[in-house]
Amino acid sequence: MSEVKLTINGIDINVPEEYTILEAAKLLNIEIPTLCHLDLHDLKAVNKAASCRVCVVEVEGRRNLSPACVTKVAEGMKVQTNSPRAVRGRRTSVELLLSNHPQECLYCEKNLHCDLQKLAADLGIVGGLKYEGAMTTYEKDASSYSIKRNMDKCVLCRRCETMCNEVQTCGVLSAVDRGFETVVQPSFGLPMMETACTFCGQCAAVCPTGALSEISAVSDVWDELNNPDKYVIVQTGPAVRAALGEEFGMEPGHCVTGKMACLLRKLGFKKVFDTDFAADLTIMEEASEFAHRLQHGGKLPILTSCCPGWVKFFEHHYQDLLDIPSSCKSPHEMFGAIAKTYYAEKFGVDPAKIVVVSVMPCLAKKYEAARPELNTEGMKSVDYVITTRELAKMAKEAGIDFSHLKDEEFDNPLGESTGAAVIFGTTGGVIEAALRTAYEWLTNTTLEKVDFEALRGMEGIKEATVKVNDLDVKIAVAHGLGNARKLLDRIRSGESTYHAIEIMACPGGCIGGGGQPYHHGDIEILKARTNAIYEEDRGKPIRKSHENPYIKQLYEEFLGEPYSEKAHHLLHTHYVKREKL
Amino acid sequence: MSTGRSNSITEEKYQELDNYIGSLDDTRGALISVLHKAQSIFGYLPREVQRHIGEKLDIPSAKVNGVVTFYSFFTEVPKGEHLIQICMGTACFVRGAEGILSMLEQKLQIKAGQTTADGKFSIDALRCIGACGLAPVMMVDGKVYGRLTTDQIDKILAEYK
Repeated sequence: MSEVKLTINGIDINVPEEYTILEAAKLLNIEIPTLCHLDLHDLKAVNKAASCRVCVVEVEGRRNLSPACVTKVAEGMKVQTNSPRAVRGRRTSVELLLSNHPQECLYCEKNLHCDLQKLAADLGIVGGLKYEGAMTTYEKDASSYSIKRNMDKCVLCRRCETMCNEVQTCGVLSAVDRGFETVVQPSFGLPMMETACTFCGQCAAVCPTGALSEISAVSDVWDELNNPDKYVIVQTGPAVRAALGEEFGMEPGHCVTGKMACLLRKLGFKKVFDTDFAADLTIMEEASEFAHRLQHGGKLPILTSCCPGWVKFFEHHYQDLLDIPSSCKSPHEMFGAIAKTYYAEKFGVDPAKIVVVSVMPCLAKKYEAARPELNTEGMKSVDYVITTRELAKMAKEAGIDFSHLKDEEFDNPLGESTGAAVIFGTTGGVIEAALRTAYEWLTNTTLEKVDFEALRGMEGIKEATVKVNDLDVKIAVAHGLGNARKLLDRIRSGESTYHAIEIMACPGGCIGGGGQPYHHGDIEILKARTNAIYEEDRGKPIRKSHENPYIKQLYEEFLGEPYSEKAHHLLHTHYVKREKL
Repeated sequence: MSTGRSNSITEEKYQELDNYIGSLDDTRGALISVLHKAQSIFGYLPREVQRHIGEKLDIPSAKVNGVVTFYSFFTEVPKGEHLIQICMGTACFVRGAEGILSMLEQKLQIKAGQTTADGKFSIDALRCIGACGLAPVMMVDGKVYGRLTTDQIDKILAEYK
């Protein structure tokens, strides 16, 4: 790899020749503002549309300003990132974008989280619009349970298209028409609900403005909390605790489990439970199913089924393989089923009065909660899903000073969990948790070293072989639906020799979910969350799901054996063939 | 997918399109030529045809639709019996093409890119057609009318009614 020498703002620097000006400037801590640019390098999520012209810089000898995000460095190049001409050009680009942008920042859901708003402030655009002209307006799409589209606010950065097409390979969003009429939409302008959208929410996670956002359930949840006839309980997904603190200005990479429990109690939830309890339950069922398939010549590989984005993806794209995913419901759905049966019975609460709220890092969970086949005895298992971001909004609405809250514990019996459940929140965690249990069951020995390092990390597809009795059990992990597709294609073509595969729709797993605090393109935030998850696991006194005393009690008092008929009735589901559109 | 595929003539058209796709050595990068072919077979590119092409070429229909709507050559609605193409290139424009277009739009009660309710006429506004010496120029079903003035429009339309 050869290097070139260039000068940026009068400072000499040597960088590899394939670098862009933007990358070179970063090494000098020179910040060039960007808008459309997105580079989650380790996750292969890179958007280089160069459509916004916000990162323009002056390159000596070139007539036009150059976009730093795509202009490669060259030997002897002289770059000025902050010359009057560059700054003026940048400001003009932003002012033109603003001229076709609704002026409703004060009550936009992206208020204070919007990249365009920040740019306008950083570039000193004050005192009104310089340019006036035609505005594009489109019909808003709130047809789904998860994602709201308001294309009036779109700046055509194409980040969502990159995530939807290249990273997730869902092919739902595409730009249509041209010039001023260009709009990003599903095919033929169909409502999102009628498409093959998995509702993973990665489009919303990277949208710089309020064009794509979640369908909020905050006001519904407040209504339920204020209804004295209802018994409102809450559960929190494993990845939420690893990111919630960020919404209150805390450093990424610290689990705020105790403060979160305290917050939820202050908000008025009758009981504060944990999806991690249900993650342990999921492992009991999934590990049993795996052992059963292994011992009885069942279909292999088994695929995890906790991720609703992934489930919808295979229903649309792999209709011929619907018999290989585990039949286990996802943990929060299992929780809902148990809450409205076992818990209601044990504590004498009328299940019709129980309202189950899930706090999730995910937008697809909102859609999942509405799937009719997941109902329990005619009731919705989960009544409402709010995201990590929405929980933070509720805390702020209630005027709660999160960072000064005391650490509190979850309620029992549905709040106790093991380290195995915590790691559900990051890629590789579910299969690692399943292995910790399945290994002990199949070998009748104690697993001394519970950490399976090969299954961890940001690599798109990870593989490991684990010796279980005489069998070399081959494991694979994929995160991001594009990586999932590669594994699924191998299974379809018969090349796959795997026994078990974990798949998560979002890059990084749930820590990178579409409902998490915005990472604004900083992959280090995702890595910090992952570390926080593993740290929480290490700190847990029990790290194997089958050793959770409350799970044992649940089977003894109510379910019988794992994978029993009653467990099947309440905790397992089936899949539906869906059109590819 | 039943709409638009209800009769045997339509089936034949799909067959012709499939034969064409089957004749290609490599379907990667073939989207534009397949769309071209499809439009010549069907006369336009209805939603069902776009979906069909997406499935055949393994391209998401959103992408297919993106390409169809990007290029003005492709149309998602059937064209009228007679196609009026008016040049809006620089020479025609400065010599009054805009006035000709608005006269046509007024007479036929449609905008450029649309088709009359009776299916008789469509209007397309084009960039330079290379007949600048005759500016302003329009074509009806390929026949060229040059040095146009607005008072000639009625007479020309009458030829096709």
